[in-house]
Amino acid sequence: MMFSFVTTANANVSDSLKLASPGKVVADADNAGLKLPNGFGALKVAEGVGSARHLTVTSQGDIYIKLGRVNKGVGNLRLIDSDGDGKADKTIGFGNYGGTGIAIKNGYLYASSDEEVFRYKLNEKNEVINPESPEKIITGLISRREHESKSIVLDNNGYIYVNIGAFSNSCQEVDRAKGSMGRMPCPVLDSAGGIWRFKADKLNQTYGDGKRYATGLRNVVGLDWNQQLNQLFVMQHGRDQLHDIFPDLYDVNANAELPAETMYALKDGSNAGWPYVYYDPAQKKKILAPEYGGDGKKEGGKDAIDPVMAFPAHLAPDGLLFYTGNMFPERYKNGAFIAFHGSWNRAPLPQEGYYVAFVPFENGKPTGKWEIFANGFSGQEVVTSTRGAAHRPCGLAQGPDGSLYVSDDSKGTIYRIIYNGK
Amino acid sequence: MQRKLLFSILPFTAMNILFAQKSVPPTNKQKSIENGKTIYLQRCLACHQADGGGVPHLNAPLDGATAVVADDKGKLIRIVLKGMSERVEIDGEYYGNNMASHADLKDQQIADVLTYIRNSWTNKASAVSVAEVKAIRAKIK
Repeated sequence: MMFSFVTTANANVSDSLKLASPGKVVADADNAGLKLPNGFGALKVAEGVGSARHLTVTSQGDIYIKLGRVNKGVGNLRLIDSDGDGKADKTIGFGNYGGTGIAIKNGYLYASSDEEVFRYKLNEKNEVINPESPEKIITGLISRREHESKSIVLDNNGYIYVNIGAFSNSCQEVDRAKGSMGRMPCPVLDSAGGIWRFKADKLNQTYGDGKRYATGLRNVVGLDWNQQLNQLFVMQHGRDQLHDIFPDLYDVNANAELPAETMYALKDGSNAGWPYVYYDPAQKKKILAPEYGGDGKKEGGKDAIDPVMAFPAHLAPDGLLFYTGNMFPERYKNGAFIAFHGSWNRAPLPQEGYYVAFVPFENGKPTGKWEIFANGFSGQEVVTSTRGAAHRPCGLAQGPDGSLYVSDDSKGTIYRIIYNGK
Repeated sequence: MQRKLLFSILPFTAMNILFAQKSVPPTNKQKSIENGKTIYLQRCLACHQADGGGVPHLNAPLDGATAVVADDKGKLIRIVLKGMSERVEIDGEYYGNNMASHADLKDQQIADVLTYIRNSWTNKASAVSVAEVKAIRAKIK
């Protein structure tokens, strides 16, 4: 293994090394086990770093990673590639909390636990100045086991957007119980099941200081700010267990294909319809949820927005990134990459996902169907049980040279995908 | 196929004669496992998966789980009857999804499905009897 775990804060050493021996980034001989389109290659930047959720790459090429759980005493990592060969050779850890969200904006690193959001001042090399004393900017967010992760993204007007996932599958009286009907109105939506907006620079904000920016979103993990449209895009995890809860209306095959995982372009006040409706990718309609009197055909959600794009059910989109780099061929520019963590709720049918997908975009609108971009993370031809997947894509980030980084929160592998075709 | 079945039943029959004082005769245990599998496919498979592996961070695994094969079966029976919605550490890991109650299953069905999960994949443990389920159900009510 090329990766060594060294915890040191001596930045001067890495800089002098970087200047002394500028390395060349080349793909691993086996493309890190991934199947990619022609001309693309991949390398493993690091392995075994812990449950690597979201990540972001600085203009110097350092990688900040948010760990789902504290590993070796730390919840945030900074990976450094001193000699420029693409392989991380130094790791600095800080922060004693697990979480999901991490982002850099205007000289600060933002990172979230499942209840709070912190920010760390960065120096001109994008190094954290005071790793043990971050500013707490948001606190007291609801975390009740289900959909507890708080993804974050920042706009260009001084706001930070935080997903607060619903602590429920479909807002039933008894969560996930067979035949249990939906609560009306769904009380979860008061404090969760949406995107909340806060000031990016104000300390100790909580619900009263923020604004419910968008609602009716069951759970969002992957989200990104589209710079062309200056607009928030999110990927919703659709509801589970239509067959378990309403077996007379949905057989196991219908359960495996319903509902779609959905991409939404949000505006202030948008409502995506959860829990009252779900999106059926075959009928291309918002269908009234059976918990609210639906039968699989009745439409609903007149006030709810339609998705920008629908994806197969249960694939669990955990990362979204609009590609603005110059390394990849022209058709990838401004398009969306989506990291699908992989399904569990398609059983007894085989599980699906465990790949990075791509959707071509022009002027903020999809110009074609979605396609699989990077596959092979699971290490299996067919995944029959979720735990059998070797690696599970979660976060996406773009490097200063236009490389695409993918994190794996199962084995802690950090992938870097490069284009070397002509 | 039939021959295989015969061989798998034979040792249990032999054990039945040797350990006749056991509360659950092994032949009944084999039958309970078979009936339990049917219930597992209907009620448990979606979340706990075909291999009992569960789903990392979401649905607890049953294969190799301490609480599943424990000598004290009360906790296991309670989870099936009451469901699970607490944040508790299970063998060093936390799981996010709620489990609904399956109290609508008959005592025999709960005994069967628990006997099945205690004797599937790498699990090997004693059967769960109808009397044990009945006793816990009475305590909960």
